[in-house]
Amino acid sequence: MSELKFVGHDAIRVDGFAKVSGAAQYVDDLEFGPGLLFAEIVESPFAHAEILKIDASKAERLQGVVKVVTGKDFPFSFGLYMQDRYIFAQDRVRFVGEQVAAVIASDIVTAKKAAKLVKVTYKELTPILKVEDALKKDSLLIHPNLMNYKRVPWFFPQADTNIAHLRKVRKGNIDSGMNEADLVFEDTYTVPRYAHCAIETHGAVGLYDLTGRLTVWAASQSPFTQRNLFAEALAPLGLSHKDIRVIAPYVGGGFGGKAGVSMEILAAALATTVKGNPVKIIWSRAQEFYNTYQRQGLIAKTKIGVKKDGTITALEQTLYWDAGAYVEYGANVVNAAGLSATGPYRIPNVKIDSYCIYTNLPPGGPYRGFGYSEFLFGLESHINETAKRIGLDPVEFRRRNAIQEGDTLTYGGHMNPSGLRECIDKAADAIEWGKKVEYPNDPTKVSGKGFACFWKAPAMPPNAASSAFIKFNEDGSLNILISAMEIGQGLLTVMAQIAAEVLTVPISKIRVEVPDTDRNPYEWQTVASHITWGTGNAVKKAAEDCREQIFDVVERTFGKKREDLYLESEQVCSRTDAGFKKTLSEFVINGFMMNDGTYRGGPIMGRGMFMPEFASALSDPETSQGGKLNVHYTVGAAAVELEIDRETGRMRIPKVVLAVDVGKAINPDLVKGQVVGGIVQGIATVLYEDLRFNEKGRLLNSNFTDYKIPTAMDIPDEVISILVEVPQPDGPYGARGVGEHTMIPAAPIIANAIEDALGIRIKAMPITAEKVALEILRAKK
Amino acid sequence: MKRKISFLLNRRKVHVEVEPQEVLLEVLRDRIGVKSPKCGCDRGDCGSCSVMIDGKTVRSCMVLAIEVEGQKITTVEGLVEDDHLTPLQQSFIHHNSFQCGFCAPGIILSATELLKHNTYPNEEQIKEAIAGNLCRCTGYQPIIDAIKSLTSNPESFKASGRNREIKS
Repeated sequence: MSELKFVGHDAIRVDGFAKVSGAAQYVDDLEFGPGLLFAEIVESPFAHAEILKIDASKAERLQGVVKVVTGKDFPFSFGLYMQDRYIFAQDRVRFVGEQVAAVIASDIVTAKKAAKLVKVTYKELTPILKVEDALKKDSLLIHPNLMNYKRVPWFFPQADTNIAHLRKVRKGNIDSGMNEADLVFEDTYTVPRYAHCAIETHGAVGLYDLTGRLTVWAASQSPFTQRNLFAEALAPLGLSHKDIRVIAPYVGGGFGGKAGVSMEILAAALATTVKGNPVKIIWSRAQEFYNTYQRQGLIAKTKIGVKKDGTITALEQTLYWDAGAYVEYGANVVNAAGLSATGPYRIPNVKIDSYCIYTNLPPGGPYRGFGYSEFLFGLESHINETAKRIGLDPVEFRRRNAIQEGDTLTYGGHMNPSGLRECIDKAADAIEWGKKVEYPNDPTKVSGKGFACFWKAPAMPPNAASSAFIKFNEDGSLNILISAMEIGQGLLTVMAQIAAEVLTVPISKIRVEVPDTDRNPYEWQTVASHITWGTGNAVKKAAEDCREQIFDVVERTFGKKREDLYLESEQVCSRTDAGFKKTLSEFVINGFMMNDGTYRGGPIMGRGMFMPEFASALSDPETSQGGKLNVHYTVGAAAVELEIDRETGRMRIPKVVLAVDVGKAINPDLVKGQVVGGIVQGIATVLYEDLRFNEKGRLLNSNFTDYKIPTAMDIPDEVISILVEVPQPDGPYGARGVGEHTMIPAAPIIANAIEDALGIRIKAMPITAEKVALEILRAKK
Repeated sequence: MKRKISFLLNRRKVHVEVEPQEVLLEVLRDRIGVKSPKCGCDRGDCGSCSVMIDGKTVRSCMVLAIEVEGQKITTVEGLVEDDHLTPLQQSFIHHNSFQCGFCAPGIILSATELLKHNTYPNEEQIKEAIAGNLCRCTGYQPIIDAIKSLTSNPESFKASGRNREIKS
């Protein structure tokens, strides 16, 4: 391959000027004129109750109220993987804060006032707040109609239970694997619920115009998936896909929270009740916490079998996920984690049961890491404990069992090329593994080091597709049209770099913007860390399509052999005719004029599409064998040096290292941005954050005063990013995804460093200073 | 009981009628159309709504509009003069000090205020100055680096080897 000029180099972000100047527009910044109406939601005060009666008469009489809408107006369900969620609660509510009705008014103050006047009569039911209770034989069923919900063929709900999906993996023979082992060791790890906390809350504006066309402006990671789900849910109103348009401006942080469809469906539905007027609905910070998606809680029972020489012979994982009231998206988190709960290790005998369990807590769903952060806390803690018990260094133990290219995965597929061992070695070097940090002058301080490996595959349906158009302009500049979302990761810049590389057009002459589903081609969703890979492939193909069209017209016009042609610095050149040069701006719209005055060519418009046609989600429900369930895994290793105050439990992080095999860093500085940001977000889940509920299922900390996310004062002193590049054969320039992965290993590296420093194993997240201090006290007794 | 107020917004005089309970953030965004101050929490926790009043950064969701009568208000739009970004804004671009960009206007104002009063802030002072602005994407280090690169404090420069990258 010739030397790369744009790919692999840092490039100034194409959205930079807009974002530092205040020009970047987010959904709440858009103007809709004086006809704009506002909606306020009437929420359930109960975690579990039957709705007996809704009396909106008082609210409707308030001046300025246009309409009150309830579940009777929209008896429709929706969902990405399983249609178990309702636009408005129907006969019962299933979590505190669920939408029961909406008031549409001419201003937001009136809407809020009227919402308080809507009188809803409930009959309280016992809330089921713990997975243990949900699994009891005599437990109330949260979704009695579970077996009738429309779902994807790879979900397996269990009849007459609260188990919405059970992913079973059986590889090898678990019993003989455990029998072979010299040590069998079992423990339980728990992870609470978390919130994404994008600084922009969810928001959407819907307009159903007089011709019956529905437009929704939304803060969204998934404009096309939203269009599809709106069309499915509102099909009874006679809407078809072509009538629905989603416009997605810049998104103020996603992290999975703005994937799929949650509150946006309210804007779509409400708009249809007030034809001709746009309706805006913006979530408050509190609603953002309890009525979008939360990261699911997990109880993980982990049992490992290992030989004296450090070979893992068997692993059994039983994962109980607190999936909340609706699991239309969250069940796929359970599914993905179930398929990969071995971590990046070569293990011949595996048994995994991953249970998606309904509870009367807010809906669980996608959050950066998609289940992997959750199970990896337990697994990587367990790996450390296992190494200790057989007298092996925990890094060496991981090294010996590290998965390698060609190894058989849990579901029978084979591992892609990966630099896991290189990541392990480099992370260990960078943290100076084995070298103890001492504080001889400060007896209150103690230091520990922690290590963990990680992996993650994109969790997506096998037909998740990306597509791209590239349109040249008269001056040789070009526009890339895609529907992947700029949620901060920098994908617009990366796509410009890929097109620039193929077409030799500088990035300053390329415009890539956020989408409108009417104008931009299809993209499944901006999730799963698949955009650089999937959309990158589509953009590369679109650019190559442009290049072929360019060569075609040059061949037809000048009789030059296509195989001799190449692009360089915005010119078509010939390998056999050094003097031949045609600048793109001469012809990419208007073509070339021939001697007789006719023209050849015309506008150059490239098209590219990528769908992983090799993937299949169909496998044996009892074993998960067969199929090609994941497209590839991104792997890596992370390590931390942790300083602990023995008296207060307070922890400081002098250094954290993350080594990840990105295949190819298209823009190394942006990858580094993902590492630093992901590490801090991950560390927050272990040191600072967790969602707390009372005994009635009400969220107690739905604000930034009580749910503390890190400030600039709470970050590691130093974050070292190590980028390993073992190419992904089917990735653009060898790239694979990295967005989520950097968050995944944060919890276990901290837990393992605490154990290293104090000899105390903490098995429940979060691990706050308070918890550490109490554990130190307990250990003294 | 509406009241007419006037103040200087980004070097331009504005007159607007406000209700006594209206907060500055709403008035700036919904009445005047200045959109860079964002609402992230509506209770003074996140700092996305930061604006400068007479050179001091405040959370505009916690300020009543009637209080700013006669004062000088600057938002990030007002930092841009003749299409030129300030060195700090340029440094933010150069260091990738934003991702989604939602918190950037507020953080840029907090850092602008810091640098006006302290040309040589050390890392702790920088962190303290932006500690009232929440960012969920960047992990803050690129923001700190952008601010640090503008200071001529030798200590700061020494520390700017942080977050180094090792590429195989």
